[in-house]
Amino acid sequence: MLSRIAESLFWIGRYVERADNTARLLDVHLNVLLEDPWVDEPSANASILTVMSAGTEAPVTRSDVLQRLAFDRERTSSIAGSLTAARENARRAREVISTEVWESLNTTRMELSRWSQAARPHEYFVWVRERTAVVRGLASATTSRDDAWHFLELGRSLERADMIARLLMTRSLDGTTGVNWTTLLRTCSAHEAYLRTVRALVTEERAAEFLLVDRLFPRSIAYNLEMAESILTDIEGSERSRTLAGRAQLALGRARTNLEYSPVREILDDLPGQMQAVQRACATASDIIRDRYFLPDATVVWNQEAL
Amino acid sequence: MSDAATPWSGYTPAAAWDEAMDVDGKVREPYRRVYAELERMSGDDLYSKAEALASTYLAQGVTFDHAGEERPFPLDLVPRVVGSDEWDIISPGVAQRVRTLEAFLADVYGSQRCVTDGLVPRRLIASSQYYYRQVAGIEPANGVRVHVGGIDLVRDQHGIWRVLEDNVRVPSGVSYVLSNRRAMSQMFPEMFGAMGIRPVLEYSRRLRSALAKSAPEGVDDPTIVVLTPGVYNSAYYEHSLLARTMGVELVEGRDLETVNGRVYMRTTAGRRRVDVIYRRVDDDFLDPVQFRPDSALGSPGLVNAARLGNVTIANAIGNGVADDKLIYTYMPDLTRYYLDEDPILPNVDTWRLEEPAAREEVLDRLDELVVKPVDGAGGKGVLIGPKASAAELAEAKDRISEDPRGWIAQPVIQLSTVPTLTDDGLEPRHVDLRPFAVNDGDDVWVLPGGLTRVALQRGQLIVNSSQGGGSKDTWVLGGVRDRAPRQAPESKVEFGGMHAVPQAAHPEDVVAGQQAQQQQQQREEHSEPPAEPGEDGGASC
Repeated sequence: MLSRIAESLFWIGRYVERADNTARLLDVHLNVLLEDPWVDEPSANASILTVMSAGTEAPVTRSDVLQRLAFDRERTSSIAGSLTAARENARRAREVISTEVWESLNTTRMELSRWSQAARPHEYFVWVRERTAVVRGLASATTSRDDAWHFLELGRSLERADMIARLLMTRSLDGTTGVNWTTLLRTCSAHEAYLRTVRALVTEERAAEFLLVDRLFPRSIAYNLEMAESILTDIEGSERSRTLAGRAQLALGRARTNLEYSPVREILDDLPGQMQAVQRACATASDIIRDRYFLPDATVVWNQEAL
Repeated sequence: MSDAATPWSGYTPAAAWDEAMDVDGKVREPYRRVYAELERMSGDDLYSKAEALASTYLAQGVTFDHAGEERPFPLDLVPRVVGSDEWDIISPGVAQRVRTLEAFLADVYGSQRCVTDGLVPRRLIASSQYYYRQVAGIEPANGVRVHVGGIDLVRDQHGIWRVLEDNVRVPSGVSYVLSNRRAMSQMFPEMFGAMGIRPVLEYSRRLRSALAKSAPEGVDDPTIVVLTPGVYNSAYYEHSLLARTMGVELVEGRDLETVNGRVYMRTTAGRRRVDVIYRRVDDDFLDPVQFRPDSALGSPGLVNAARLGNVTIANAIGNGVADDKLIYTYMPDLTRYYLDEDPILPNVDTWRLEEPAAREEVLDRLDELVVKPVDGAGGKGVLIGPKASAAELAEAKDRISEDPRGWIAQPVIQLSTVPTLTDDGLEPRHVDLRPFAVNDGDDVWVLPGGLTRVALQRGQLIVNSSQGGGSKDTWVLGGVRDRAPRQAPESKVEFGGMHAVPQAAHPEDVVAGQQAQQQQQQREEHSEPPAEPGEDGGASC
């Protein structure tokens, strides 16, 4: 697989997942603003932008948050921006991805303009979740399990681990009493799975444990970190040099085992710090993957004198 | 739009040859079925179908950039039909043309026999902007330089097909032939079954096998790539479609590297050898070592690798010398010279402005002629005498006197017209045709059909899409027509005497009706009677 194409696939996986999870995160945020009686809206808004590392200067209104994280097409940290970027990457890798995936990404981007002034953001978020599910479903049903699939899935699982970590940071958002765990489970579509697995009412420790380290639930952080590790093994094969890819696995594995082997109470006491550590591990792994597989642009400048 | 009963009322062919209707308003044979089909529709049907075509193109991403905005590539609803008798002239004519061009190129970059025999003046070749000394003496693996050729044809006032120009550098547009066909066959499935239209889908397979055959000697299973300038190129859609349908990699210049005269691409598993490059990058940009040193689109060292015979570049570098519009004027002679055949498709009469007598005549009659730059493409720089202002004519005169080698003149050809859906209903619009030919070294195959470009403005004679032209699906008749069922099908079909394997279902679903009944009975026996129905009715107990 061409390095350039692999990079595009990796980012398609990331952007689509990012759009999905950002929609979930914003949905829960707007809900908090409505329902939390003691909410301090400006600082809650500022804090959610910080979680998404979308920088702030002035006091932030609700529509600023929506503009930056939902509708701004120029920033890849917004839903519209991620979906647009996913489509641009798909265009670059057009001959490798299937027609169905391409068309679903392409029409999604075209329909974005319809939502830019959505009266009810919630409907926009539902639509985003639906469209990203369509893209993922089609990709899964039409992609050979070769390197194309591996890079797509690698990007997806890294981004999911990263976004769940960001989502959990909203638990300790400034200016709110914090999202309750039932809402967080629902946001991750995990509430029903939690009830079936834990067979008990939602308690802080158990809910946290479920979203952090559950082995079987596909939206727990540890599940996705482990997935990324094993995909890296698949890509690398057995015989090749494993130094760089090994370092990516190392970063991910360390973050995962930290979650798995620490007492859950300890993690909860320092949730923002722990979650940032997960995000940093994902970023490190992503950089290493780039260096290993997507060679930086080697621009050769030729001039006549030199020849 | 007219209020009349059918979309055809009000359709009157103008001065040019109309392919659908003769001067008496009688429908020509190949168009009979299309005419009848459209006659049954209302004007609104037509526009909604046209709308549907545009929106499928948007969804598929068949677009071109217009002022920074992605527009669907305009595909007209009315197909262009070419009868099989006409195709029997076009197809061998195009193939003959390509064989002539091949022979000429081999000669130009070889012994230049045509020059020593006095057929073509030497300075004509030497002064061609696209003649590259750098590639002289490079002998392609299977002797093919024109792997893909696009020969532009027009039909004049008398219905005669003529060659307007040859394209043997990087002829583009074939992707629109393929995607137009896909869209149109979904729009008019009935006509496709009934008319026996020859298929175009095998193009990619033919191209792939031609490229594979052109691989350097000793390579059994060549790695083929399509080289694109990148995603911002206006023909990127075509590059990716060809790569996808041939099942090969689409690479950019930065994906390639040349080491020790061999070409590799950079993959996640390290370097991989490349044997055949179907390049869609212009000669000038292909290799910064040999040509433009500032080019970032190509890959340094390609020409050297090709010279060593380690890689095949298709189409070959330097082909531009053959589709120069001045060389064009020599093509009929060259056909007789190399092939010992009479040309099947005539040229459009052309004045070579280098010759003083011709130049004098042309400058006198400039207001009734068409003047073109010899190295132009995309309709750029074309001056149509009857439509030009006095100032434009004067300017053109100056430019011609300054650089006579740079220009040719032709009489104004009234291109044939085909019915086209416009804001005012169906109207005749001028068209040309670009059939594509694939040369695999043994045989020149001509894609049945080709790109029909249509000038969407009334009276406009330049059809290039960069000048606001659209396209039509081109239907060549004479394919397999017999689709009628031979006999009434029996109620049960057996496959070689075997019964069909039954489809399984969840066992509970099979008896579901029974169970539901039982459960309902249970409720009636053991539970409270249903609550009192509301005021708005319902059956009382």
